[in-house]
Amino acid sequence: MIKQKDSALTLRELSKLYENGFQALSGINLEVESGDFFALLGPNGAGKSTTIGIICSLIRKTSGVVKIFGHDTDIAFSNAKKMIGIVPQEFNFNQFEKPIDILVTQAGYFGITRRVALKKAREYLTLLGLWDKRDESSRTLSGGMKRRLMIARALIHSPRLLILDEPTAGVDIELRRSMWEFLQEINEAGTTIILTTHYLEEAENLCRNVAIIDHGRIVQNTSVKSLVRQLRIQTFTVDVKDKLSFVPSVSGYPIRKVDDHVIEVDVSSHQTINSLIVGLNDQSIEVLSMSHKTNRLEELFLKIIEKSESN
Amino acid sequence: MNRYELWIAFMTIVIREVRRFLRIWPQTIIPPVVTMALFFLIFGNVIGSRIGSMQGLPYSQFVAPGLIMLSVITNSYGNVVSSFYGSKFQRNIEELMVSPTPNFIILTGYIVGGMARGLLVGLIVSLVSLLFTDLSIFSPIIALAIILLTSMMFSVAGFLNAIYADSFDDISVIPNFVLTPLIYLGGVFYSTSLLNEFWANVSLINPILYMVNTFRFGFSGVTDIDIFWAFTMVCLFTLVLFLISLKLLSDSPRLRS
Repeated sequence: MIKQKDSALTLRELSKLYENGFQALSGINLEVESGDFFALLGPNGAGKSTTIGIICSLIRKTSGVVKIFGHDTDIAFSNAKKMIGIVPQEFNFNQFEKPIDILVTQAGYFGITRRVALKKAREYLTLLGLWDKRDESSRTLSGGMKRRLMIARALIHSPRLLILDEPTAGVDIELRRSMWEFLQEINEAGTTIILTTHYLEEAENLCRNVAIIDHGRIVQNTSVKSLVRQLRIQTFTVDVKDKLSFVPSVSGYPIRKVDDHVIEVDVSSHQTINSLIVGLNDQSIEVLSMSHKTNRLEELFLKIIEKSESN
Repeated sequence: MNRYELWIAFMTIVIREVRRFLRIWPQTIIPPVVTMALFFLIFGNVIGSRIGSMQGLPYSQFVAPGLIMLSVITNSYGNVVSSFYGSKFQRNIEELMVSPTPNFIILTGYIVGGMARGLLVGLIVSLVSLLFTDLSIFSPIIALAIILLTSMMFSVAGFLNAIYADSFDDISVIPNFVLTPLIYLGGVFYSTSLLNEFWANVSLINPILYMVNTFRFGFSGVTDIDIFWAFTMVCLFTLVLFLISLKLLSDSPRLRS
């Protein structure tokens, strides 16, 4: 009972079979604690958006249970919906309306009076740098502004759970950073946040816990820290000064020749870069530079997906 | 949601709908008024003066209630079908679907929005008709009741069309190929007593005939059909369409996959 009260989101055996026969979700179980900053990762078509669609009542589930702060969406429909704010992947507001009207109308759908809604709209539009644009037609806003408008709209009824479906897709780096700061602030203020993202750096920087979904199943559900700890091997790209006439060999380090001046080396967590460079120097190979080949989390993410597919 | 919150959600939808059609008044208010003014001018005055009387009324007086009804029907229907389909197309219908607003409030809000436009256009057309003919009222209660019910029924019908529509073509098929013929063959311009027995009987399956005749009865006290039956039928149609719309709003894969 106490567990349910502390849980912002509970999914039990959640399944979705589309009418075209596509099984998008196959009995997902997931628990997101209140106050968490949670990432839902997965490749395209894995089931992330279907999961979010079901939580927000935009998609009908085939079976299973969805609870928001203990309120079953099948039973306590109204209470559950009041607690969720959703920022979808694609723009879904009336592009001919003004930002201020979009926010006040959305508040009205939640039973909030116009007077209160105007106050809240001012607060969130100011926080998100849109107050000056409040009376302009929404279609004239830039892509980043439109995305911030959707965040303001999702927050207008003060939800306890904010769900963002790829919030920074197509957003420039500066704006992405400012959105991260904003999301961290509202999370620190007590709002539970769930986001899906393709920018794995985003999950690594923002989130405490993560679930990886693939082919409609949760294949990993853990903390981001513990996920990163699972990383055993990192791949480095090494540029060498002289032309390579052979593939160098250093004991314990798998090396692949990319071209005459570049090799790739896999380094395990118990190995050192020093030993690798010494080994190369012993073969008269001078290292000019070295770079990390891939995002560590992305590498791990792909390995988990591959592992789940091979199972 | 408590009752007060439901009321706020309902009024939010109604106000949004009214603001929408008022914002685009050159598309929503002016064209039907201009069209009806031309109908009055041509059928009421130019041709009507040669036709003489119909059911004992000057032709311009006979045709006026039908033209008012025509504008109410097309505008009530058109408002809901274009607004709801537009929301589906732009996906801002999701704003409502993720909210705790219950389906019956969503449906009622759209219906009242459609009625607001239909009745506003009907009122303006009524005022325009006074430039061309004298309109006396026989029973204001019957006239008002049937115009409200008809407007409600076609607002719900527009909602149903919008749920099924997958393209902008789909929202023009019913108005162009079903609604318009039914209206024009629904006794707006002629009395069914002019038709031979076969076509007069065929006309009786056209629901719009009952609405137009009842509305005309409210003005002139003259009708081709049974008024009580007309009210019963409009109420039944409205109720059935309302329940179907409510069910689709909840279950239709066209709204929630």
